[in-house]
Amino acid sequence: MAVEAQVPYQEAIEVHHPHSWITKYWFSQDHKVIAIQYGITAIGVGLVALALSALMRLQLGFPDTFDFIDPEAYYQFITMHGMIMVIYLLTALLLGGFGNYLIPLMCGARDMVFPFVNMISYHVYFLSVIVLLASYFVPGGPTGAGWTLYPPQAILEGTPGVDWGILTMLGSLAIFIVAFTMGGLNYVTTILQARTRGMTLMRMPLSVWGIFMATVLGLLAFPALFVSAIMMLLDKTIGTSFFMPAISSIGETLDYSGGSPLLFQHLFWFFGHPEVYIVALPAFGIVSDLISTHARKNIFGYRMMVWAIVAIGVLSFIVWAHHMYVSGMHPWFGFFFATTTLIIAVPTAIKVYNWTLTLWRANIHLTVPMLFAIAFVITFVMGGITGLFLGNVIVDVPLSDTYFVVAHFHMVMGVAPILVIFGAIYHWYPKMTGKMLNDTLGHIHFWVTFLGTYIIYYPMHYLGFVGVPRRYFANGDMAIIDSSVEMLNQTITVAALIVGIFQAVFIWNLIYSYFRGKDSGHNPWKATTLEWQTPETPPRHGNWEDKKLPTVHRWAYDYSVPGEEDDFVPQTAPQTGSQPAT
Amino acid sequence: MAEATGLRNLQVVDDWAADVEVFRGVPWGKAMMWIFLLSDTFIFTCFLTAYMTVRMTTSEPWPNPSEVFALEAFGVPVPLLLIAIMTFILITSSGTMAMAVNMGYRRRRGPAALLMVITALLGASFVGMQAFEWTKLIMDEGVRPWGNPMGAPQFGSTFFMITGFHGLHVSAGVVYLAVVAWRVWRGRYEKQGYDIVEITGLYWHFVDLVWVFIFAFFYLW
Repeated sequence: MAVEAQVPYQEAIEVHHPHSWITKYWFSQDHKVIAIQYGITAIGVGLVALALSALMRLQLGFPDTFDFIDPEAYYQFITMHGMIMVIYLLTALLLGGFGNYLIPLMCGARDMVFPFVNMISYHVYFLSVIVLLASYFVPGGPTGAGWTLYPPQAILEGTPGVDWGILTMLGSLAIFIVAFTMGGLNYVTTILQARTRGMTLMRMPLSVWGIFMATVLGLLAFPALFVSAIMMLLDKTIGTSFFMPAISSIGETLDYSGGSPLLFQHLFWFFGHPEVYIVALPAFGIVSDLISTHARKNIFGYRMMVWAIVAIGVLSFIVWAHHMYVSGMHPWFGFFFATTTLIIAVPTAIKVYNWTLTLWRANIHLTVPMLFAIAFVITFVMGGITGLFLGNVIVDVPLSDTYFVVAHFHMVMGVAPILVIFGAIYHWYPKMTGKMLNDTLGHIHFWVTFLGTYIIYYPMHYLGFVGVPRRYFANGDMAIIDSSVEMLNQTITVAALIVGIFQAVFIWNLIYSYFRGKDSGHNPWKATTLEWQTPETPPRHGNWEDKKLPTVHRWAYDYSVPGEEDDFVPQTAPQTGSQPAT
Repeated sequence: MAEATGLRNLQVVDDWAADVEVFRGVPWGKAMMWIFLLSDTFIFTCFLTAYMTVRMTTSEPWPNPSEVFALEAFGVPVPLLLIAIMTFILITSSGTMAMAVNMGYRRRRGPAALLMVITALLGASFVGMQAFEWTKLIMDEGVRPWGNPMGAPQFGSTFFMITGFHGLHVSAGVVYLAVVAWRVWRGRYEKQGYDIVEITGLYWHFVDLVWVFIFAFFYLW
C-alpha cells in the first residue's frame, strides 16, 4: 500500500525575524548565529587551555627554571587543560558549533525544531564556562585533582583547590550537562523529524550521521557524569559517604565510611568512554564529507560507513572499564572489557579503509581542508594502533599512567578531532561569512600544526616505554628515568610552544579574511550537499526561500558521475531517467 | 523485486528511513519528550545503581526499611503504611492524567483542564506526604545524610538524594501540569490541537514509573 507523501512542517511556518542588535547577535534564535556563538566561546576557552598546556610544557622541559610554577599550580594546569579541552572545547565546538550550523542546513530545515530552547542552551553553556573560569578567582584556585577528578583525593586536604575549586568544577559540569541536554534534544529531534522532502535517512551526509550518533551518546552518557558530580558535591559539602571509604588523612581519621571510590570510576568512565566517541563520531562524519568533496569522488561504502558509526556508538557503552584495568576491579571484568574494546577496532578499521578507498584513484585536490582531512586519517590510525596496545590488559598494566597513555589519547582524541575541526572551519568558513580563508596562511598553519604535533607526541610514546610517569611535576633524580628523557622533554616543549604560537596565524586568518578575504560565491568547493545550495551566502534566517524548502532527489555523494556535465550533481538536482535511484 | 521478505515486507525499514519524519505524524514536542525521558532514565538508573553499590560496600548493617518506615496507626506500627498511601495516590494520578489526555483529544477542554488540575493536586499531596516523611525521619528517627542511629550512613544519604531528586521531578511536574492546564482552559491550543496534554502526560507517567522502581528498590528490599 502506498503511503502518502509527507510535507515538511517547517515549510509553512513563518520565521520570526529579529530587529534589534541584541536579538540578532546576542539572544538570537537563528541556529547559525547560535553555532557561531558556540564556536567563538569554545575556541576562546580552548585558547586558555592551550596556554595552560604551554605552561605545563615549560615546567616539564625546563624544571627548576620557573618560580611561578609550583606543584600545586602544575596540577591545576593539568586539570583545567584536560577538562576544558575535552568538554568545553571539543564537545561544545563539534556538537554545539558544527551540530547547530550543519544539521538544519544539511537536512533542509529552516531551523532547529525548538529555536528558543536552542538559544537558552548556548547561554547556559556560556554560564558553565564562566563558572569554570571563576575557579581561577576563588580562594585556593581551581581543583588540581586531574581531569578524572577521582575521589577520595579530589575532595581531601592536600589536593589543590579542595575548598572551592572542586565545587566550581563540579557545578560547572552540571550546568554544562543541562546546556548540552537542551541543545542535544534539539539536534536529535531535528534530524529525526524535520528533514526536507526527499531527505531520507540514507541520503543524509555522513556529517549529520556522525553528529546524530554523537548527540545520542551524549544524551545517554552525560547522565552518569551528572549523577557522579551531584554525589561528589554531596560528599564534599554535607559529608555523605558515596565515594568515600573510611579514611585517615594527614594523621586524622575522617568522618567518612563505607563508600566506594570504584563506584565513581565506573560512573565517570561510563560517561568518559562514550565521551571519546562524542568527540570522534562528528569528526568521522565531517572528515568523510571533506574527503569526498575534495577528492571529487563518492564516499566508498556509504551504507557501511553509516552502520559503522552506529556500531561504534553502541559498542562505546560497553567498553568503559578498559580505563580501569589497574583500579583493582575483578580480572574477569578486564577480560570482558578488553574483548569489547578490541571489537571496536573492526568498525573503526572499516571507516579508515573506506576513507582510503575513497582517495584511491580519486581526483584529489590538495586544498587546505583536504590536507587536514588526510592528516586526520594518518593521525587517527597512529592513535588507534596505540589503542590496541592499551586495550589489552597485560600490555596496559605496565604502560598505565605513563606518557604512552598521554601520547595515545592526545593523538586519537586530541589532535585528530582538532585537525578535523580546522579542516571543517576552512571548509565551511565561506558559507558562514561569504569569504574564503587565506590559502597561504592556511598552508603555513597546516604544516606547522601537523608536523609540530608529531614532534610533540611521537617522542612521548618512547617516554612511556622507558617508564616516565604521567602527571608528575618533575622527574627529579629517579633512577628509572633514562638520561635521554631530559633532552626529549626540552624538544617537545620547544615544539609545543612553536605550534601554540602558530595558532595565532589561524586566529589572524579568521579575522583578516572576514574583512579582506576573497569573495567565495555560493559554492566554492563545488559540493553537492544542501548547505551549499542556499539562495544566499551566508544563508539568511530561515535558510531557504519563503514557503519553499528544497527537494532532495539523490544522495550526498554524486561526484564525477559519468555522463554528467559537471563533476558534481547537487542533491537538489532531479534524477534523470537513466540513473538508478539511491 | 520478486518476494520481499522480513522487515522489508512490513515496510518498517522503508517507513523509518523515509524522508521528513522517522516517526510519522508524531509532533516534535512529543518526540523530544520521549528522547528527554530516555536520557532522564539514565540519570535515575545511575542513581539506583549507585545506591545498590554503596549498600553492598558499606560495612555497617543496613537499617530495616519496614521498621524505619513504619507508621503508628490505632496504636500498632504498620510497616510502609505512609509509603503505600503515597504510592496509591501517585498511581491514581496517572489514571486521572490518562483521562485528561482522552478529554484533550476529544477537544473537551473543560474536563481536560479539570482532570489535569486533579492530577496536579494529587501530585502536590504526594510531595506534601514526602515532606511529612522526611520530617519524621529527620526529627524522630534522627536520620541525616551523613549518618543515622540505625546503621549504615549510606541509608540516609541515598534515601534523601534519590527521593529528593524524584520529589523535585514531581514538583516540577505539578508546576508543568498547572501551567498547561491553565492554557488548556484558556483555549490556547484550540488551533494547534491537544498533543501538549499527552506530552505533559508522558512526563507524568514517567515520574510515576520511576517511583515504582524507587519503591521496589528502596522500601521493599
